[in-house]
Amino acid sequence: MRYAFSVRIGPIGFRIGSDWRAPIAELQSLYRDYPKPHDGVPDFTVRLFARRPWRRLIRPSVEIGGDYMLPEAAPLPLRQGLLAAEMAMNLQMALGARRYLLLHASAVERDGRALLMTGISGAGKSTLATLLAVKGWRFMGDEFALLDPATGLIHAFPRLISLKNEAIAAAEAAWPTARMGPLMPATPKGDIRHMVPDARAIAAMDVPATPALLVFPRYGFEAETRPVPPAEAFVRMTQASTNYVALGEAGFRSLTGLIADVPSVAIDYPDGASAIEQVEALWSAL
Amino acid sequence: MSGTIFRGPLDGGLLIAPLDEFTAVYHRASGITHLLTEPAPQILAVLGEGASSLDVLLERLGRDYDLDDGTPEALAARLEELVEAGLIERA
Repeated sequence: MRYAFSVRIGPIGFRIGSDWRAPIAELQSLYRDYPKPHDGVPDFTVRLFARRPWRRLIRPSVEIGGDYMLPEAAPLPLRQGLLAAEMAMNLQMALGARRYLLLHASAVERDGRALLMTGISGAGKSTLATLLAVKGWRFMGDEFALLDPATGLIHAFPRLISLKNEAIAAAEAAWPTARMGPLMPATPKGDIRHMVPDARAIAAMDVPATPALLVFPRYGFEAETRPVPPAEAFVRMTQASTNYVALGEAGFRSLTGLIADVPSVAIDYPDGASAIEQVEALWSAL
Repeated sequence: MSGTIFRGPLDGGLLIAPLDEFTAVYHRASGITHLLTEPAPQILAVLGEGASSLDVLLERLGRDYDLDDGTPEALAARLEELVEAGLIERA
């Protein structure tokens, strides 16, 4: 492809090729402090391409491709090229990852132990992880937590933090010095802006953590905390994993092990400050 | 029905992880995860030791476990569910 960029995020190496310079330039800038794939060999390849030659120039629209593709994925306008790249990278992970059980969760670490937060889009996974990072937790990722079937440890995947709608202002206020990508208004996912994880998150991204607490946050409700029964937590996590079925026995062993070892708690919260308080209370009671 | 012999998966054919009142069961042959409640895990445990008729099964379950509904009809219905789920079969 005309333009290309390689990066390693946690244990996963990517190569992103593009028909346009702009998305690659943005990736190079935002991921400038990240390492390259081990031995220069990426795990996954992503392609951002024009379906027809003239679509490179006239109303340029970015098709998403790579090792794994969704045939019905709609193209995005070039000004949303960075979002296209991030979506394509996530897609490779979701469909192709086999080395780890992928948990659709954000993760932060303290004292070698990981707090996992999972929930539907809008539950506050990214926001809470960002707010906790401001409070001194190590940010491990806002999209996927990688559970190693061999060790039971959580590996970090600190890609760019994908902030949506009101979460953008909240994160900017909480972390004014963070480097930000371009604001992309009115994308299919709403207003999107990417935030670069802090230097500590990038420097420590090869350090795994022992899972210690699994939280199911829900934004927009009175503050409430309730334990989640193990069977409910297990079912919700099979649904929150993109490759549970593909991993077969290893997935079953990993997930039942996680649920047996780690308490699961549902948190309803009205605002970020309240959620932080609830999480800290749970953490100190472990 | 009482003369029918039921057979569970061969040794090691299931991975069983008790969670709470539910038990997660991974069926190796199909790759499917099942979530079972009493008395299904107990039935699988007994059949794991060897094929058995309904009457023998009922006696074993009655001896080893405290069943909520220990009638042959109830056990036959549970066995039928496990057959349909592909976890056991008629020998």
